[in-house]
Amino acid sequence: MNATLVIAGKEISDGMRNRWVLGATLLLAGLAFALTFLGSAPTGELGVKPLAVVVVSLASLTIFLMPLIALLISYDAIVGEVERGCMLLLLTYPVTRRQIMLGKFLGHVAILAIATLIGYGGAGAAMAFGDQGDAQSWQAFATLIASSILLGAAFVALAYWISASVRERSTAAGISIGLWLAFVVIYDVLLMGLLVASKGWISDKVFPWLLLANPADIYRLLNLTAFENVRQFSGMSGLSEQAQFAPATLVAALAVWIAVPLVLANWKFSRSES
Amino acid sequence: MNAIGKIVIPELETAGLETVAIAARGLSRHYGAHRAVDGLDFTLDAGTTLALIGHNGAGKTTLMKLILGLIRPTAGSLKVLGVEPARAALEHRRQIGFLPENVAFHDELTGTQTLRFYARLKRAPLKQCDALLERVGLSFAASRRVKTYSKGMRQRLGLAQALLGDPQLLLLDEPTTGLDPASRAEFFQIMRELADRGATVIISSHILTELEAKTDLVAIMNTGHLAAFGPLDMLRREADLPVRITVVTPNGTGPAVSALGSIAQRAVVSENGHSLQLFVHVEDKLEALARLTALGDAVADLDIARPGLDEIYRHFSPEAAKAAAAGGEA
Repeated sequence: MNATLVIAGKEISDGMRNRWVLGATLLLAGLAFALTFLGSAPTGELGVKPLAVVVVSLASLTIFLMPLIALLISYDAIVGEVERGCMLLLLTYPVTRRQIMLGKFLGHVAILAIATLIGYGGAGAAMAFGDQGDAQSWQAFATLIASSILLGAAFVALAYWISASVRERSTAAGISIGLWLAFVVIYDVLLMGLLVASKGWISDKVFPWLLLANPADIYRLLNLTAFENVRQFSGMSGLSEQAQFAPATLVAALAVWIAVPLVLANWKFSRSES
Repeated sequence: MNAIGKIVIPELETAGLETVAIAARGLSRHYGAHRAVDGLDFTLDAGTTLALIGHNGAGKTTLMKLILGLIRPTAGSLKVLGVEPARAALEHRRQIGFLPENVAFHDELTGTQTLRFYARLKRAPLKQCDALLERVGLSFAASRRVKTYSKGMRQRLGLAQALLGDPQLLLLDEPTTGLDPASRAEFFQIMRELADRGATVIISSHILTELEAKTDLVAIMNTGHLAAFGPLDMLRREADLPVRITVVTPNGTGPAVSALGSIAQRAVVSENGHSLQLFVHVEDKLEALARLTALGDAVADLDIARPGLDEIYRHFSPEAAKAAAAGGEA
């Protein structure tokens, strides 16, 4: 078997055994089922909500959770193994550093994919029994699952870059938390503040590109603006007219956010000596 | 080839097998001003076992990393199984087994899973795993998670991992540290079998006595240099350390001391005054014994000790002697 796949396989079975897969799946499933069936407290409504509304709420929560889970499972992928001494042994095997990194990446993304597919897919299947939603909403739901995995992959790649660049596990953990705060919380607040403060000085031409500079915002745009019936519930209809990116462009932008950090991580890792 | 009277070596292909396992010429690895390994010259024939001795920081692990190709020499040249390890193709690594110091594994995997993972990476037959676990005495814990393993068991799993794919060169970094004497004996047994099969084995330690003179050759490293290299007997001769004769003298030590006269390089009287330690040159040993036995009743008993491994080591490695004097063998 190819060395990359051997390492990916071990990473997956590792994730299965140390309960990462189970934990992440339960968390995502719990979230999806709660949003689907518990109704919305503000309106006092009970019962299954329209699929489009579920997509909007799930997307908003995934933006917070998925990057966090991704960073948590992968921040010590490189530095942790170096610190514990596993890496030294691994590097004496007939396997390149690139294969190690790629194998781990595939394994970690597979863990996220399993959790997302089971967690969100399960809730989707339950909704299908209730015969909820039209074809477009189901398309939006499928996009939600696929883009959630891509969002996770982007943060796994970012975590590897951190993990390959620092010397201590604790440093990697600290930077990862900072990164999560920056992309998921602070960036949007800053952007909003900037918009308000500039009083329209930041033109409609610049603003959309600023959104592409953050993988979490790309994910938001993709899920909340790509489909008409989702847009109605997302409060993004105004924004969507300004930020006219085709879904394919947004997916490509997410792919860049996966590839670039991964290449940087590989570059850092191959330069280090152990 | 006529097989009569020849030992047939199983498992290893003799075709293309290098007769020289490792050749180092002026091999150096400097980290800035720190000379971790400095100007090593040695040749190690295939099928020999080498004990690499040195205090912590003497350069043992750096030398092993150089041999493994994990780091590049800053000067000099190194050939391992005929190729430069840092430039060698990945395939080259399949011929090498390595047990790092303080080997670490993934805690959640079982012994069997761990070994199978490494076997797949090395493209060694998976059926070898069970046999190897049996060989290192871990069969009983094969399906237990590695996190439940004791230090000695992890070390055994590490050895099993190093033996995957029947390597031609085996590097064991401080493998016997923390092992009980019985496990240590098994370790040497396995090492011997490998060497008999034609594999080259390098085993490092910071304590020479721990290796119990079980190897063909001994290399003593000291602050990055090779202080001594050769069979133990040769090092013993080179060190030219005195033989120690302990004499029990119930009626006072005076007659024994005067009988030896100038032959004794040094004489140390015990605190109770009833025994004496005399240090004589190896060549004077028989003469000294003749004179002592001629004293009759003045000598009740005597005991002769050749220089020990520790003393030889300290002779070649002043750093180790300093460390020992400071109170720690580490």
